[in-house]
Amino acid sequence: MTLAEMQFVLPELRIASAEIFVLAMTCLILIVDLFVKDKRRTLVYVLTQLTLVGAAATTMAVSTGDISYTFSNMFVSDSMGDTLKLMVYLSVFAVLLYSRTYVLDRPQMAKGEFYVLSLFATLGMMVMVSANHFLTVYIGIELLSLSLYAMVGMNRDSIPSTEASMKYFVLGALASGLLLYGMSMVYGATGTLEISTLSAGLLEGQGNGIILAFGLVFLVSGIAFKLGVVPFHMWIPDVYHGAPTAVTLFIASAPKLAAFAVVIRVLVNGLIVASHDWQIMLLVLSVLSMAVGNFAAVAQTNIKRMLAYSAISHMGFMLLGMATGVIGRDAQFVVNAYSSSMFYVVTYVLSSLGAFGTILLLSRAGFEAEEISDFSGLNKRNSWYAAIMMMMMFSMAGIPFFVGFFAKFSVLQAVVVAGHLWLALAAVFFSLVGAYYYLRVVKVMYFDPPADNTPIKAPGEVKLLMSANGLAVALIGISPNALMILCATSLNDSISFFR
Amino acid sequence: MEFRTFVFYFLSAILVFAALRVVTLRNPVHAALHLVLAFFSASGIWILLQAEFLAIALILVYVGAVMVLFLFVVMLLDINLDRLREGFWSYLPLGAIVALLIVAEMGLVLGGMYWGILEGDVPQVEAGFSNVQAVGRLLFTEYVYPFELASVVLLVGIVAATALTLRDKRKSKSLSPSEQVFVKAKDRVRVLQMPAEKND
Repeated sequence: MTLAEMQFVLPELRIASAEIFVLAMTCLILIVDLFVKDKRRTLVYVLTQLTLVGAAATTMAVSTGDISYTFSNMFVSDSMGDTLKLMVYLSVFAVLLYSRTYVLDRPQMAKGEFYVLSLFATLGMMVMVSANHFLTVYIGIELLSLSLYAMVGMNRDSIPSTEASMKYFVLGALASGLLLYGMSMVYGATGTLEISTLSAGLLEGQGNGIILAFGLVFLVSGIAFKLGVVPFHMWIPDVYHGAPTAVTLFIASAPKLAAFAVVIRVLVNGLIVASHDWQIMLLVLSVLSMAVGNFAAVAQTNIKRMLAYSAISHMGFMLLGMATGVIGRDAQFVVNAYSSSMFYVVTYVLSSLGAFGTILLLSRAGFEAEEISDFSGLNKRNSWYAAIMMMMMFSMAGIPFFVGFFAKFSVLQAVVVAGHLWLALAAVFFSLVGAYYYLRVVKVMYFDPPADNTPIKAPGEVKLLMSANGLAVALIGISPNALMILCATSLNDSISFFR
Repeated sequence: MEFRTFVFYFLSAILVFAALRVVTLRNPVHAALHLVLAFFSASGIWILLQAEFLAIALILVYVGAVMVLFLFVVMLLDINLDRLREGFWSYLPLGAIVALLIVAEMGLVLGGMYWGILEGDVPQVEAGFSNVQAVGRLLFTEYVYPFELASVVLLVGIVAATALTLRDKRKSKSLSPSEQVFVKAKDRVRVLQMPAEKND
């Protein structure tokens, strides 16, 4: 086929209208921010939140539940993508709302760039979630990471913040290199970068197995870095600790959803044929993460570092579900395992939002609540916030009947069905270790005398959302079915393996 | 082994070697020289694949940009230029080897017609086929989505650099003519009344 014969189909822009809307609004906000005076800077914040709401409305409006492709099959829209995108908007919205006062108190961050970069990061996550081509996966990851590197370093006068930004940048560049190398190997083995073509070709037995396995190692390493699982976890504690708490909250929430989507797109949709290989790799990563994450968190006195190690262990737990999906060719196991992972990551993001949100509440101008001891006697200072934090800790520890318990339970169910009983036992053991440090925070809040009695001030909307967040963790824990069914159906409609 | 394959492995071996040296060398000057060599070898491989446009772009953009980067390294690291010049003779052998290798690579690739290495399983193109046109057509049709996103990544780079480095709105020493026009004498000159000192 010569070039003249090549027919170019104009991409159907309607499918990608949420992405286009977010990009257009971000550019608009960038320009508005130039002209708006410092006193009216709230306008930028309001516009940013409206963009997220508008993006959610657009996604809902164009969502059909079918799998549809556009931009020469580089962009895919399906119900898993739509669900995850809505979760991403929701968590970015909550992040910006929680961090509003924190940002206002710190003049370096109060500029519009914080919001513009947040939106760019959101766009990157949207691109990752609906990528159907290795190139778009990569560019989405870069868009997200570049925005995050800058946001981590935004507090320029703080040495830990700059150091965290630098570490994140250097290690992130290395991981991107690994990922790209893996992608080029897969391209060398199969001759395509398009995920749906790739899986179809592999199912027909095309492709060079050795080169494919070689590339797979690099792909899994790159993705593992972005997820932050052992042994690619080194950046997590330093970045969580060094970043301004508002940015830590951002990193700890929405990007986990996008990384989950990338695992589904690249490994499940693209390389399901090689599932035997990557399942073993994910198992090793998962067990190591649960071990290192939980044991290292016990030794922490800084709550941000503690939650960082807890994030490592949670991502490890989530990978357990991903690693036990494919048994024979029975689709039912796959959907159970992967939807339990999706449920896990969604509920983890919910609890993480609440936990870091409480840390943000305790911080004020000139004071960063970072140590676990800063929570001492929180019950006496404000019993409702203490109760919310307690629910988050219980949920993360997996105590019934909070949502984290059902997340852990459904993943363990998938693991046992897959026949890895010892693995389920190990996961339970590591969770028990984890319960120690979560309960320690609760003990400090309820049984230690308060160290300082500064009243906790928060705007009404923050109180409202925080309460809603706490209640969501408790209520979804009581009736988890709706969310579980949502995860299961959206995955069922989206994974090409079943078709 | 076919000669074409030999050329490929020759270029690749130099590329890998040069890339390794870039990482392992302590001296920034040596590292930059090796980086140039690595880019040259990579562009040679691309010419083997008949992607002349990409190869030329690599040389123009990367080798050009790397030379700029190299200058920045010299500037920022405060390397004493006199001391660099002192070391001219010790750099010469290395520089000469790098230059010779580059010349050899160029000879191999440009003499490709003579050696017959451009025949083989690489798809042959008809005369008058433009690489630039083909790349441009692909970029603006099939790859328009990642292409646009790449521009967004660059925009993020600009915003991030501004956010991380811009300290204050008015740190520069630029003048504002409108304010200068309205300056009055009492804004700038203070007339003091002092008691006269007595000379004893």
